[in-house]
Amino acid sequence: MIRRAVDDISTGSDSDYSNSWISWFLSSKGNEYFCEVEEDYILDRFNLTGLNADVQHYSQALDLITDNLDDDIQDEFRGTLDVQARLLYGLIHARWIVTARGLAKMLEKYKRGDFGRCPRVLCQQQPLLPVGLTDTPYEKSVKLYCGRCEDIYSPKSSRHGSIDGAYFGTSFPHLLFLVYPGLIPPKSGPVEFAPLARGADTESSRRSRKIREEEPTADLGNEGMSTATVALKSERYRPRIFGFQVNEIAKLMRWQEAVRDRQVVRLELLEEHGLM
Amino acid sequence: MSRKAQMEAIEQPEYAEDEVVSGEGEGDEVMEDVDEQEEGYSSSTPTSTLTWISWFCSLPGHEYFCEVAEDFIEDDFNLTGLNTMVPFWKEAMEMVLDVEADEDASKIPDVSIVEASAELLYGLVHQRYILTRAGLQAMVDKYEAGTFGSCPRVMCKGTNVVPSGRSDMPGIDTVKLFCPNCNDIYTPPSSRFQGVDGAFFGTTFAHLFFQSYRELAPAPFYRPHSPSSSSGSPHSSGSSPRQSPAFVNPNPNGGQKRAAGKIYTPKIYGFKISERAKSGPRMQWLRMRPWSPEELDEVDWRGKWIDDEDDYAEEEEDVDEDRPMEDFDPDMAEGDEDEEEEEEEDAEPHSSHMGKRVVHSASAPSLRPALSEGTSASPRSGAPPQPPAEDLRYASRDQGHVSGSKVRVVRQWAPRGTTAQA
Repeated sequence: MIRRAVDDISTGSDSDYSNSWISWFLSSKGNEYFCEVEEDYILDRFNLTGLNADVQHYSQALDLITDNLDDDIQDEFRGTLDVQARLLYGLIHARWIVTARGLAKMLEKYKRGDFGRCPRVLCQQQPLLPVGLTDTPYEKSVKLYCGRCEDIYSPKSSRHGSIDGAYFGTSFPHLLFLVYPGLIPPKSGPVEFAPLARGADTESSRRSRKIREEEPTADLGNEGMSTATVALKSERYRPRIFGFQVNEIAKLMRWQEAVRDRQVVRLELLEEHGLM
Repeated sequence: MSRKAQMEAIEQPEYAEDEVVSGEGEGDEVMEDVDEQEEGYSSSTPTSTLTWISWFCSLPGHEYFCEVAEDFIEDDFNLTGLNTMVPFWKEAMEMVLDVEADEDASKIPDVSIVEASAELLYGLVHQRYILTRAGLQAMVDKYEAGTFGSCPRVMCKGTNVVPSGRSDMPGIDTVKLFCPNCNDIYTPPSSRFQGVDGAFFGTTFAHLFFQSYRELAPAPFYRPHSPSSSSGSPHSSGSSPRQSPAFVNPNPNGGQKRAAGKIYTPKIYGFKISERAKSGPRMQWLRMRPWSPEELDEVDWRGKWIDDEDDYAEEEEDVDEDRPMEDFDPDMAEGDEDEEEEEEEDAEPHSSHMGKRVVHSASAPSLRPALSEGTSASPRSGAPPQPPAEDLRYASRDQGHVSGSKVRVVRQWAPRGTTAQA
């Protein structure tokens, strides 16, 4: 702790280097899904609780990320340290993107379509969000969640397919839609960001005031806000042979739609009773 | 005959060459290639033994095409109606079949026009060819080699996909990929397929393919392997049952492959999201499968639960005019019961319970609302059989509109695209 504090002071001038480790990391190929974790967040040790158990050479890795690493480190160690620094940054990133400010940063990337678009044809190019299948590193690679079909897809490029899913975590996309319900994609029609224009204006103001509470309400206003029956609007593909539905598939689809209708009835009832 | 042998002989090296070209991956490269080949043919020297067809199929972005047998193209019956769709029909035919062009070909202003016609011709013939036995066989070879790629959906676990068009008319949409596991269509991952017309594969092929090769089609039901509840499943070992050949779909006309039936459950900090939340799950039905094939029959041809009185109330009004009074009262009572029961559920203090229940019903749809007494299930025993034709579905849609009950089941049986297609 103390050593860190000393480092901070002594290398304060290092920020003159425009290329911080983080900006290098973010700009390197394959890391397009990551957003920038604010330095204050990393420097607050509370946010890093427990990460030292997952990361070897934790303190040096942290130094590397924050550009405070001494230069007199052997080259072979640098290699392993770089791996650990990536791991550490990824794990911090997973925590950061579920904070209010992290969500807002990822939201910008989402609106830009940085995470790609849904491959499902009827989702009409819905932008995706990264999601992990586990919060433990080294288990599953990152997947992409589509808010329209509510399903997950593998990234198109193997570059992204090899990113650890734990660097995004299992909660992120769902928390995003929980916090910004106005951004829940419609189930049909082309993709349009109603709050996009507004989002662009607020971006500047957002920087200045940094008040997060205003944002959700702004997005909230634009929607009728009942999602009980949205499933009925969704389109689906119907396999046909010479124009005729395929028996078994049609049967399965009828069953699925009956399940859907039952849920819709259930949700409408809940809504009538003001329980949603 | 000899040409065919040549074609086969040339096939392998040509693929290798193509790989080089596609490795460079430039559109210009392709165009150059076209010119080269063009010259090769017009000079009429047999040095280039590559047929137009195998050249065409080897182009980058044309990996999905199979080679149509020339005798199929030469049979005029197979081309019925196409000549009105393809400009410069004769020249295009000559190009596709590598027939020596007549001298009067000079009236064609630009060879690239014929090239486009030839591509259109080949594509439309291809659409028909891949529905034949030979064409299906050619495509199954490509399918098993993984030429078409696999489903991007994570829970489909890399199920191989087949090319599929959204229209049988050219110029409407590009080729898509159909996944037999989720029964959905996807955009090909590579942009080089964005220039391939979906009509060259057609709307029917993907489904005829899986009807013809049922062992490749996943079954419509799925029972998760849980170590605890191994009662119903004969494959209770769970160690390596996935590849088990003992899997049988009782429907001999249905998919005979074990489905990848897991569905994604969104969670926040490990907790399932309740469906009561605005952002709660709404689309899981799209990927659900019943546990057993029998459950599919619990939904009738209109998409209603057979033992669900609430849905049948309106139907009996319409159909059963003989005993309206008798049925009327119980139905009303049942309707009330239904609501009461829902209210009871609502009164549950824990919303998490609700979410849990939903997810459970997702995987265990046998968890039917308890309101299915034998009362109205018995008059329904003579439920209408599966209708074979479409028009009945339209009827169901109309009914959905007329009913005006709580269940706004506006079924989307809309004849999307089909009527427009010839």
